[in-house]
Amino acid sequence: MADLKVKFCGIESPNPFWLASGPPSNTAGQVMRAFDAGWGGAVWKTIGEPIQNTSSRYGAIDYNGVRVMGFNNIELISDRPIEVNLKEIAEVKKRYPKHLVIASLMVESKKETWQDIVKRAEDAGSDALELNFGCPHGMSERGMGAAVGQVPDYTEMITSWAKEAARTPVISKLTPNVTDITQIAQAAERGGADAVSLINTINSLMGVDLESFAPRPVVAGKSSHGGYCGPAVKPIALHLVSSVAKKIKIPIVGIGGISNWTDAAEHIALGASIVQVCTAVMHYGFRIVEDMSDGLNAYMDDHHYRTTEDFRARAVPNVKDWGDLDLNYKVIADINHDLCIGCQLCYIACEDGAHQCIERAPITANANAKKNAHKMEVYVPKIIDEECVGCNLCALVCPVDNCITMRQINTGQPPMSWNQKVASF
Amino acid sequence: MTLRETAPKLAPEQYEANFADISPRMTPRQAAIEAARCLYCFDAPCTIACPTHIDVPSFIKKIASNNLRGSARVILSANILGESCGRVCPTESLCEGACVMVEKGEQAIEIGRLQRYSVDHVLDCNIDLFTAGVPNGKKVACIGSGPASLACATELAKWGYAATIFDKNKLPGGLNTYGIAAYKTRAKDSLREVEMVKRLGIKFEQGKEVGRDAPFPLLESQFDAIFIGVGLGETWSLDLPGSDLHGVYNALEFIERTKTRNFAEVEIGRRVACIGAGNTAIDVVTAAHRLGAESVHLIYRRGESQIPAFRYEFELAQRDTVMFHWHTQPIRVIAESGAVAGLECVKTRPASGATKSSAPEAIPGSNFVIPVDMVVPAIGQKPVTEFLRPVKGIELKKNGTIAVNERNQTGNPKYFAAGDCVNGGKEVVDAVAEGMAAARGLDAWLGHPRAILSRSDA
Ligand SMILES: Cc1cc2nc3c(=O)[nH]c(=O)nc-3n(C[C@H](O)[C@H](O)[C@H](O)COP(=O)(O)OP(=O)(O)OC[C@H]3O[C@@H](n4cnc5c(N)ncnc54)[C@H](O)[C@@H]3O)c2cc1C
Ligand SMILES: Cc1cc2nc3c(=O)[nH]c(=O)nc-3n(C[C@H](O)[C@H](O)[C@H](O)COP(=O)(O)O)c2cc1C
Ligand code: SF4
Repeated sequence: MADLKVKFCGIESPNPFWLASGPPSNTAGQVMRAFDAGWGGAVWKTIGEPIQNTSSRYGAIDYNGVRVMGFNNIELISDRPIEVNLKEIAEVKKRYPKHLVIASLMVESKKETWQDIVKRAEDAGSDALELNFGCPHGMSERGMGAAVGQVPDYTEMITSWAKEAARTPVISKLTPNVTDITQIAQAAERGGADAVSLINTINSLMGVDLESFAPRPVVAGKSSHGGYCGPAVKPIALHLVSSVAKKIKIPIVGIGGISNWTDAAEHIALGASIVQVCTAVMHYGFRIVEDMSDGLNAYMDDHHYRTTEDFRARAVPNVKDWGDLDLNYKVIADINHDLCIGCQLCYIACEDGAHQCIERAPITANANAKKNAHKMEVYVPKIIDEECVGCNLCALVCPVDNCITMRQINTGQPPMSWNQKVASF
Repeated sequence: MTLRETAPKLAPEQYEANFADISPRMTPRQAAIEAARCLYCFDAPCTIACPTHIDVPSFIKKIASNNLRGSARVILSANILGESCGRVCPTESLCEGACVMVEKGEQAIEIGRLQRYSVDHVLDCNIDLFTAGVPNGKKVACIGSGPASLACATELAKWGYAATIFDKNKLPGGLNTYGIAAYKTRAKDSLREVEMVKRLGIKFEQGKEVGRDAPFPLLESQFDAIFIGVGLGETWSLDLPGSDLHGVYNALEFIERTKTRNFAEVEIGRRVACIGAGNTAIDVVTAAHRLGAESVHLIYRRGESQIPAFRYEFELAQRDTVMFHWHTQPIRVIAESGAVAGLECVKTRPASGATKSSAPEAIPGSNFVIPVDMVVPAIGQKPVTEFLRPVKGIELKKNGTIAVNERNQTGNPKYFAAGDCVNGGKEVVDAVAEGMAAARGLDAWLGHPRAILSRSDA
């Protein structure tokens, strides 16, 4: 049995799964239920001067009938008084001393104000602090959230104010709504942050009602840009986590599009020590952590990883600049005609959408016997090996598992990247 | 005269439950999820398998994108009876049977139900997707108002022909209105579709039997071409002692009552026997069961593996707890005070030296009696083409079907024909496909007349 405990900035988390700051970590009642369900830590819904939220405030996009492929919100930080939040943190810590409660903070950009809230949060018993430099809407217009996270100097400055006052680890939470997130991560590191967490939500507008022309989510016929998250943003989050991992030495908390253990493991493989989840919990509840633990455990056992450190950041060195990729490596597509169901999707994808390397030969003998029973002319797609550029498209669109695979071809040439090629000119 | 014993009457709700739609309309969410499963095959086998070649992936993707009107247009431009077909087509033998999902080891996409879902939307909203063409000055008479004629007349109307349909029945729609099992489609569903066709300006002369009420010379003088879509007639009667007794029903007459009367008013025996094992026989036994008959028998002279009914239809009868008497042949209807009281049968076996198609022989001494109050032979429909004899050139085949060329043109060039009266009895979708083909043939024969638009029209 693998050990899911994680040592993080001098504190120990029962497992790498934390609730991200958001509606699921709004109250003591929720956080305690989350701990009962198996979450190792919870980053409290961001605490600051109470705000007033809009109604409605969430939007989602569905994909082909599947709900909430992407999610967005125009919600602000906690709408409850600071004292109430801190009192509840104290209560949770008293009852769950081994679980981690991390206070997420956002206040006016004044040194005293920041240092005051840091002390109060620690006095209440929080195990660490997360500085919210990411909220992309509402707060940034007031000089907070993304307004800080988009400027390296501000990020560094406020991180250093917090560090000056803090006894517990300080995590700076980064916004993806910047040109180069690694600059901001490095600024946080310079400011003394013990860790960074990313990503916060991405600027987005969920859609428009084509009858009323009200954008979504609708507030009295109007809307505002909000933060995008959920399964759709995972690839963006993975990219940003891995690029930050290449640039800083402090630990990383991975956030963005995590719904199950594989998503979590991928974040970890790209450098995250801890992962946080928000949308998937909003969709399905705290119970999802059971399979996240169970599945990660099984994976680690299968691979003889004792702790997540055994595979953390293992994929980071494999994320390369394009110029370092081997141009002499070649794969071509291979269609297993026994598995082919005759949908012709690979054919039309390659013909119209790629490189015209699939031909359709009239069917032979007993392949597709069933369809011949319908007395139809049936074609089987066939790769023209010499033409195939190995782009993957046919394999990506094929609806049958393992029907189209990419097979490596020996080009007889040693590895050669674009950078090597340029250097040899 | 009444039956010896009738089945007890059921509560009105019970009849409705028994004849409820066996494949109900999808909810928007069901449709969205099912449509999303469709792979959007290129050169899709479902489209090839459909006799009317509806572009199935295309209409399904339009459901997924919530473009129901566009979806219905794709369907109806290939098959104006797309709604009925969605309900009544034996899809497992057609489009759904060809679905690549089956090969993938998954459930075929529910094409029929999705199809109905789209068309119901435009019918519910009274959206007309087609308009009649600018009049081209040509007139066509269509004999019969069944699927074949409806499809033919629709195509012609779109090209500017003035089409008039003559039908001997009170209500239009042919077997769609009068014949197909009530749990698949009701008369009102068929009539709603006919209304859509009517809005293209097609005239309907119901209650006019051609040959009798509308003589051929009159038709020939008034119309540039004539389309024949008369279908088939009533089912063959039994050639057995006692087959004229009260309680021996013609299958189509019995089914017609379930479609045109309140279920409670359909006379039904407590015990019912149906002879034959085709799709019509299945409709008879399932209707009898659903009307409350206590025991329902299906008598067939061959074995289960040889039944002409579709597998899916047979399973419906199995679920309705019908008793099947395989290798059994009726020899006499037994009477008691002038009403049916039983059916005497013998067991059969393949005749010695017989081929697959030759009739089985009776096993001497194997006689037995099934006590029943009602007997319904369903052993195939009679042709109704005799009335065409006076028309010069039209050739009738031995089985009474009309001989046509590849344009669906008969031996008399002015006459075209399609549907059950040509193919000997297939499905609604075949009648539609052939009716459309006949319209194309007729249009080609008349030289594709189209009105020339003047500048102000254009
Ligand atoms: C009991 C039963 C159940 C069936 N179930 C199904 C099913 O589930 N699915 C399916 O796809 N198919 C089913 N079919 C088959 C389907 O109904 C037919 O294939 C289809 O209706 C044929 O269409 P048609 O236009 O050729 O003929 P019909 O629908 O038979 O229409 C012919 C019309 O011509 C009229 N007519 C005949 N002679 C004259 C005349 N001299 N003058 C004027 N009018 C005339 C008739 O009154 C009738 O209205 C079923 C058939 C039967 C009998
Ligand atoms: C395989 C591939 C290659 C692309 N190449 C280019 C390119 O050469 N130049 C460019 O401006 N955008 C390129 N794009 C981006 C597309 O033009 C487009 O902006 C992007 O894919 C988003 O649109 P979509 O969501 O419809 O795919 C490429 C996209 C793909 C998928
Ligand atoms: S989830 Fe629905 S019911 Fe609950 S607060 Fe939000 S809008 Fe209201």
